Amino acid sequence: MRIRNLVGVIFVCVLSAGAGIAATLDDVQARGKLNCGVNTGLVGFAAPDSNGEWAGFDVAVCRAVAAAVLMDASAVEFLPQTGKTRFTALNSGEVDMLSRNTTWTFSRDVDLKFEFVGVNYYDGQGFMVPRDLGVSSATELDGATVCIQTGTTTELNLADFFRSNTMNYEPVPIETNAEARQQYLAGSCDVYTTDASGLAASRATFENPADHVLLPEIISKEPLGPLVRHGDNVWGDIVRWTLNALISAEELGITSGNINELASGTNNPEINRLLGSEGNLGEMLGLDAEWAKRAISAGGNYGEIFDAHIGESTPIGLARGLNAQWTNGGLLYSPPFR
Amino acid sequence: MATISAPPKASFALSMLLNDTRYRSYTFQFISLFLLFVAFAYLGSNLFRNLADAGLNISYDFLGEPAGYDINQRLIEYTSQSTHMRATVVGVLNTLLVAFLACLSATILGVVAGVLRLSRNWLISKLMAIYVEAFRNVPVLIWIIIIFTIMTAVLPAPRAFRGDDATASMIFESIAFTNRGVYVPSPVLGSGSLAVVLVFVLSIVAVFFYRRYAKKKLYSSGRLLPVFWPSLSLLFLPSIFAFFVLGQPVSLEYPVLKGFNFAGGWTVRGSLIALWFALAIYTGAFIAENVRAGILAISKGQTEAAASLGLRPNRIMNLVVLPQALRVIIPPLISQYLNITKNSSLAIAVGYMDITGTLGGITLNQTGRAIETILLLMLFYLLISLSISAIMNVYNKAVSLKER
Amino acid sequence: MPVERSQIAFVREEQLPERSPPVLETGALKWIRENLLNGVTGTLLTLVSLYAIYFVLSSVLPWIINGLWNTNNIRECKDILAGMSGGCFSVLSDRWNQLLFGITYPNDQYWRPSLAFVLLLIALAPVLFSQVPRQLLVFSALYPFIAFWLIWGGTILFSAVALIGFGVAYMVYSRLVARSFAVAIVVGLLAAVVTWWLGGFVSDAFPDFAALEVVASRDMGGFMLNMILGVVCVSLSLPLGILLALGRQSSMPIIKWICVVFIEFIRGVPLITLLFVANVVLAYFLPPGSNFDLILRVIIMITMFAAAYIAEVIRGGLAALPRGQYEAADSVGLDYAQSMRLIILPQALKISIPGIVNVAVGLFKDTTLVSVISMFDLVGMIRGPILASTDWNGVYWELWLFAAVLFFTVCYGISQYSQWLERQLTTDHR
Repeated sequence: MRIRNLVGVIFVCVLSAGAGIAATLDDVQARGKLNCGVNTGLVGFAAPDSNGEWAGFDVAVCRAVAAAVLMDASAVEFLPQTGKTRFTALNSGEVDMLSRNTTWTFSRDVDLKFEFVGVNYYDGQGFMVPRDLGVSSATELDGATVCIQTGTTTELNLADFFRSNTMNYEPVPIETNAEARQQYLAGSCDVYTTDASGLAASRATFENPADHVLLPEIISKEPLGPLVRHGDNVWGDIVRWTLNALISAEELGITSGNINELASGTNNPEINRLLGSEGNLGEMLGLDAEWAKRAISAGGNYGEIFDAHIGESTPIGLARGLNAQWTNGGLLYSPPFR
Repeated sequence: MATISAPPKASFALSMLLNDTRYRSYTFQFISLFLLFVAFAYLGSNLFRNLADAGLNISYDFLGEPAGYDINQRLIEYTSQSTHMRATVVGVLNTLLVAFLACLSATILGVVAGVLRLSRNWLISKLMAIYVEAFRNVPVLIWIIIIFTIMTAVLPAPRAFRGDDATASMIFESIAFTNRGVYVPSPVLGSGSLAVVLVFVLSIVAVFFYRRYAKKKLYSSGRLLPVFWPSLSLLFLPSIFAFFVLGQPVSLEYPVLKGFNFAGGWTVRGSLIALWFALAIYTGAFIAENVRAGILAISKGQTEAAASLGLRPNRIMNLVVLPQALRVIIPPLISQYLNITKNSSLAIAVGYMDITGTLGGITLNQTGRAIETILLLMLFYLLISLSISAIMNVYNKAVSLKER
Repeated sequence: MPVERSQIAFVREEQLPERSPPVLETGALKWIRENLLNGVTGTLLTLVSLYAIYFVLSSVLPWIINGLWNTNNIRECKDILAGMSGGCFSVLSDRWNQLLFGITYPNDQYWRPSLAFVLLLIALAPVLFSQVPRQLLVFSALYPFIAFWLIWGGTILFSAVALIGFGVAYMVYSRLVARSFAVAIVVGLLAAVVTWWLGGFVSDAFPDFAALEVVASRDMGGFMLNMILGVVCVSLSLPLGILLALGRQSSMPIIKWICVVFIEFIRGVPLITLLFVANVVLAYFLPPGSNFDLILRVIIMITMFAAAYIAEVIRGGLAALPRGQYEAADSVGLDYAQSMRLIILPQALKISIPGIVNVAVGLFKDTTLVSVISMFDLVGMIRGPILASTDWNGVYWELWLFAAVLFFTVCYGISQYSQWLERQLTTDHR
């Protein structure tokens, strides 16, 4: 049986050798499923619940894209990726998009040939320490033992931060968030450092979250966003504008509650263009007119997604901060739908 | 009358390529070589097409660029400004370090457990059987994680040593077991310490010569000189004497709690200990079985013959049983060493920075050069394995010469 | 002359009553003296072992006895225990299905892999024990196809076509083998491929015939994944290993060197680097756009890994055969394929069985390494989703103990079987 599988695979390989990389959009539509690379488990951003259903802030982006492209927010295969495997998975076509709190950096964009389609979370690297350590600033951390998740930009930021402050430290590299937390709670490192959002997410799962403090220093810029392969601009545009649709929806006051009402037509032309009752934006993308409506209905607008998974009402309890709309003093600024 | 005629000169026919045993092997070899070539060409062309599509290239230039990350466990000087190449070397040394430590302790553990398993003491032989079976039949990855969890979850944090109400204390005021690792005093070499070291080296040479002398004496005159105690005193007494005469030039630096951690002395990190112990205990169980099989392979007649010559039990062991058993034990022992080296790549599960952690871990992640790093990684392990195999072959040759 | 009674110093007239042997020389006491208190070292060893046993039991027993099996999360469990030593085994009952089947296998389909597992035992029985009726071997031959259908789902026609392909191949082979072994193999393979190709249309045409819900490979997880990888890779690596071993013994230099390089290369690198290859490199060597899933790539890599080790075991078996066997086969006029098939391999394989079983056990243990490349096998499930969840973060001991016990049961069982078999196969008496 397996031999037959192998034979089949080899045949497919031989046959498809001449085909080359087809457009991702066609692949996805032919497959009927979106392959989305996500974190292996970071509560709030991407983690399977006890029924095996993936949920979280990053997951919601995948679902919105699936809703826009495949008309079904549940037509997503979530492929958990570690820091090591994520880029190859994307490069080799194993996943169609990566939505795995990945920092947008120059070298990833230019050297590794990826296309970051936008930012869905403005983050920065922070430090968490136990309250009884009595540390109130990262500059007091000389000589500390620091737990870091490997395979991320945090290692480099950390090295730079301590070097520029002429302090010593001892890094303890750790593969997964769960293990980092185990070590940190056991006291085998004094400090846990990763993106501030990740710290908050981890702290939320502690027995006594109040015993741990996040230090005020944010030592890096970490714009996290979904990314796709270089070179397939059609697909890149779809993911980019799906994300923008979610952001614009919040700005324009479109929520999952009122979207059906608004979709029938309003006197705000941008809402109409976005929801497809006016213009032909969907057609330009290679999709139908209601793509954005479906994407927004999948999990709500950006604000709703934020509140549902990582907002202040959740155990993770992140404030909007930089991630507020530009109209509220934040950085979220979607280009106009026009 | 029959005349012997030359066999008919067979003209070469195409079918002979398949049917004639003289040519058939060439046909098969040619076909397999051709298929191999095609397979490689196919994979290679795919690789180049894929890389071209993704706009990437194969290049080892990244090895010369600054690594940018720090490594806690290093045997040579390394900072975050060092190159990826240097980080790789740090990783290689760490791999060799943990492999060496684990081989050493696994051998000791394995020999002890193997011999004890044959002990006449029922309880201890059963305990050893339980040890061997329990560790042999559970994946080493699980053992590494369990021991690492013991390290981090059971041992106290350095914090517990601080203050008046400290819940943990150092052993002999000099060794601290913490969940970050074990802190032990380190020797500080003062002036004149060179002489002490020299004396120690000389004593080792002296012990060697004394043993040869004793052996010669035994063979020539039959007189048995005591070996163990003289060797021991020869090994240590002169050095101790020199140490005090020269005014104690070697002192110890004790670890002390300073800031967040213990400072001073040597640190044996938790990740190293977990990996080292897990590999040693796991492989020790296999070595115990090899040792047991080796000793059992020596027929009882050998022991009895030696006894009837009037040899004492420890001489029987040393002169008759062990030399023969070693011939059985050493080949599997060396392949166990090979396994330890290969299994040390599981360091990645506990964050020990071996070559899989530096080159195959962080460097791969930071540069995204998957093909290059993994190729290099495989080459390194291949090199180690092949050299160990070479040693094994040399040993096997040496042993087989003495065979009758 | 009658002997005067008084002249005899002493005559015993009645038998002495039987005395029991010295207390120290019988029964339990003798056993204890000989086996536990033999000499100073022996006694010391006994005391040390007793202390070790006490130490382990005194900390582990209360932990197990006080263990809780039905709390909803670690906080509840800790509250009930209130500082007492005790295990929160409720993580096992709460996440039982996840531990065994992974997170994404459809909940209502768990009976399928379970049934496949039970059938596996039945299929293995005639292979492992010669006392079991030989007729069951037919079932063993059918098992792979049934198991594939059960675990992956889809129409049974797919499995049936595959089976028919093998059947056709065997028929063609057995017709032609008398003429030439090589021709028979090649034509047989071709026949199979043609059958599969034609059968593909049939199974595609009736996708719903006796169909089970399709489950993708990536939805496999938990201990089931370890079992699948172990069973599939061992069974695939056996034929490959035999070929490699024969190739390495071959007199044809090129074939020999190809096999030597392959075997030594695979044996020289750790499995984990091969898994990295499967995970991050292999995709670059496949045609653009082709995309076969991680589990298949991993199966290929582990199979190659196991094949190299099995090849070495079989090579040992081949080398252990007396030269006379080879010469006898040649002298009766058998060609290479016949002599191997009929004379050499049956004997060599028989000698190699214990070694092969050891490789199989090692391989089964090594399937846990897939957790390092983010696959959710048993170890991956524990390290990832379960320990990361808010409900159960901090219950290491219970979970790792469970994993250890599960692997121990399987591996110990197999190695006991291997030792039993070794005793059965021993024909010489030393």
